[in-house]
Amino acid sequence: MSILVLAEHDNATLKPATLHAVAAAQAIGGEIDILVAGQGCGAVAQAAAKIAGVNKVLVADDAAYAHPVAEDLAKLIVPLAKSHSHLLAPATTFGKNVMPRVAALLDVAQISDISGVVSPDTFRRLIYAGNAIATVQSIDPVKIVTVRATSFPLAKDSGGNAAVETISAAGTDGLARYVGSEIAKSERPELTSARVVVSGGRGMQSGENFKLLESLADKLGAAVGASRAAVDAGFVPNDFQVGQTGKIVAPELYIAVGISGAIQHLAGMKDSKVIVAINKDEEAPIFQIADYGLVGDLFQIVPALDKALAKPGGN
Amino acid sequence: MKVLVAVKRVIDFNVKIRVKPDGTGVETANVKMSMNPFDEIAVEAAVRLKEAGKAAEIIAVSMGPQSCQETIRTSLAMGADRGIHVLSDAELQPLAVAKLLKAIVAKEQPQLVILGKQAIDDDCNQTGQMLAALLGWAQGTFASKLVLGEGSADVTREIDGGLETVALKLPAVVTTDLRLNEPRYASLPNIMKAKKKPIEQTTPEALGVDAGPRLKTLKIEEPQKRQGGRKLASVEELVDKLRNEARVI
Repeated sequence: MSILVLAEHDNATLKPATLHAVAAAQAIGGEIDILVAGQGCGAVAQAAAKIAGVNKVLVADDAAYAHPVAEDLAKLIVPLAKSHSHLLAPATTFGKNVMPRVAALLDVAQISDISGVVSPDTFRRLIYAGNAIATVQSIDPVKIVTVRATSFPLAKDSGGNAAVETISAAGTDGLARYVGSEIAKSERPELTSARVVVSGGRGMQSGENFKLLESLADKLGAAVGASRAAVDAGFVPNDFQVGQTGKIVAPELYIAVGISGAIQHLAGMKDSKVIVAINKDEEAPIFQIADYGLVGDLFQIVPALDKALAKPGGN
Repeated sequence: MKVLVAVKRVIDFNVKIRVKPDGTGVETANVKMSMNPFDEIAVEAAVRLKEAGKAAEIIAVSMGPQSCQETIRTSLAMGADRGIHVLSDAELQPLAVAKLLKAIVAKEQPQLVILGKQAIDDDCNQTGQMLAALLGWAQGTFASKLVLGEGSADVTREIDGGLETVALKLPAVVTTDLRLNEPRYASLPNIMKAKKKPIEQTTPEALGVDAGPRLKTLKIEEPQKRQGGRKLASVEELVDKLRNEARVI
């Protein structure tokens, strides 16, 4: 077996989601290659070559891949299925966009967002917002798989010494063109890989009030997230959304503030190690899954918590 | 131009699903069914294009058992002009749905196909991308904004780091994210009018498509339940527990 993992990166650094996908590849077993498609992405290729247990890094360095569109990436990936039994990508918006296109061009199914590997052709995945686990077996010759990052550890990013091989670009059909992007800049850790996440919901009442959570997050080295209700209300941008169709997170500590706990929100965070809920409604469903709940006015509790955390802790 | 929208009948998003004790699936008998929420956004997007004079006709397509006609009727009540129902009592996986949609696109020649980005039952997030691939069309997935131009469409996409805009050549496939629009409720007069709108019925066989599954579902089980529900009295107690019991801060 030979597995190709599609690397997610920004031409400068490899995204951690890639390392989770490599861990899934290791669980499947076999030779692992990594595909880096970008422009001026040499540093990413070098980082990929250092991942422990990687056999080969394929690099397609071309202007077409500076901000690649799915149409062009799929063209590059499809021929590589000839030499690989599995094509894996992180189940991020990047992987979710391109991999089904690859699968359809190969006339095979995709196994989306796997949470476990049973055998090289059998996988576990969550359905119905994480309220059921399906075990599915692929009968296709090539397995196209996207990987839920929170279900797999980070592969070791050092100790490897893979060969880096340049492959040629596959050209473009000119179907789609990248126009631009608005990427949020933040000094805080990334939501999907943060050790602590502080999330706010409709109960925050305004975007301005998220400053309370930001202050708390900074004391904890945490990322700030939100429920769909808070994003829909315009309090915070879309990339804050934690849930079934937003980001899936599983930090050591998840603090849900003013979040009632709709099924689709729980789907995005219920694998967190410790969950704290702060809500004025003691019947809110979030309390049923929270390890520690505080019932009360978040506008009193959050500042008090912020103050308490500012004091040195006694471990 | 014609716009095709694909709509799926799913268990209503408010229903807490139950896994069947024999592990073969999820209980669907006597469970409230609705249109997949992302597909409602797709229908709304199409209706707004028609209201803006940019779309001439909207065709709503659904696939599955006879009851899918209810979902098509909902689309017609929201403003779609006619429906196509691909009747199948067998499970249809995303690749099969994409192939069936491709066959319908070949007949109807729409310039734009709009689908929800993901169905909330199987959570696959595949069909739109697969359809675009099979048609050799551009894809604008996870759209939060759609602007039609002459022979092209600008789609703003919700991505992990923020937003990205792509320019697509038409015809194209667009899949909807939550912030594209807020779907309307159908008014009673429109619900009545929808009863008179035509729904054509066809089958995978009639469309000449092999719709067989590629993934075998071996079992469905319930995830482990979290032991939650413990309430604390004060912020001090919470900080103490986090430091000394859970040891996460």
